[in-house]
Amino acid sequence: MALDIDIRNLKRVSVVSIKGRVDSSNAPELESAFHSLMDNGRYRLVADLGGLEYISSAGLRVLVSTLKACRRYNRGDLRLSNVPPRIAEVLNLAGMTPLFKIFDDTVGAVGSF
Amino acid sequence: MPDECRLTVPGRLDQLIIISEFIAQAARQAGLDERTVFHVQMAVDEACTNVIQHAYQGIEDGEITLACRRTDDTFVITIQDHGRPFDPTTVPPPDLGADLDVRRLGGLGLYFMHRLMDEVHFEFNAETGNTVTMIKRIAPQSQDDR
Repeated sequence: MALDIDIRNLKRVSVVSIKGRVDSSNAPELESAFHSLMDNGRYRLVADLGGLEYISSAGLRVLVSTLKACRRYNRGDLRLSNVPPRIAEVLNLAGMTPLFKIFDDTVGAVGSF
Repeated sequence: MPDECRLTVPGRLDQLIIISEFIAQAARQAGLDERTVFHVQMAVDEACTNVIQHAYQGIEDGEITLACRRTDDTFVITIQDHGRPFDPTTVPPPDLGADLDVRRLGGLGLYFMHRLMDEVHFEFNAETGNTVTMIKRIAPQSQDDR
C-alpha cells in the first residue's frame, strides 16, 4: 500500500492520519503535509499511526523534525496515537520512544492538549 | 524457494516499494516468520536507499540488482550497484540517547541495517561495483519442511 495522508482540523488540534508505507520516496510528501499545517499556525498535532504499515529512517526523520518545529517556543507538540506494534518497535530501535508523548488512541491524544 | 531469487531495477526511489515486495515474498517463501520478514524488508529498504542517494547520488540510469537465497540456517541477501564507492566508515553513528534539541537525524539507515541483520558486509570492486551482503540467521529447516 502506498502512502495515504488524511488531515482533520479540530478546534485546537490537527489530526494527521498516516496510512500505508513511508519510505524515502514519499517522506517529502509527509513533510509537506506537516509543513502546510505549521505554515497555517497549527502546531498542536496528533499523528494517528493506526494504519501505518511501514516507516523507514526517512519517515522517522520527518516525525522528529516536525516534533522539534512544533515544540519550538513552547508553541505546541506532535503527539502519536494508535502506534502499531511493528512501528513501536522501529521507534524503540531508533531511540525515539522517549522523545514523543504516545497515546493508545487519538481521542486521548487530542484531549491531552 | 528456488535456489536464488533475483531482481534488477532502476536505481530510483520509486522502485523501493517494488524492492520491498520482492524481498518480502522471497523471505516468506524461505520460511521466515512475519517479524523477521519485516526486519529484512527494513534492512533492504535502507540499504537500497543508501545506494540510490549516495552511490548513484540521484543519477537515475543506474541499476540495483538484488539476489537472495536460503541456506540451511541463514537467509542471505546481496545488493549490487555500479555507483560511486560507498564507504560506511564515513557515516557517523546516530546519537540515540541525545536530547531532542541536539539530536542529529542522520546515520539511522546504516544503524538499522546492522541492528536488524546478523551480518552486514560492504565490498567495492572496480569491475562489479559496490556489493552489500546481509545475512540473517534463522532456525534450521526441519526435515518435514524440505
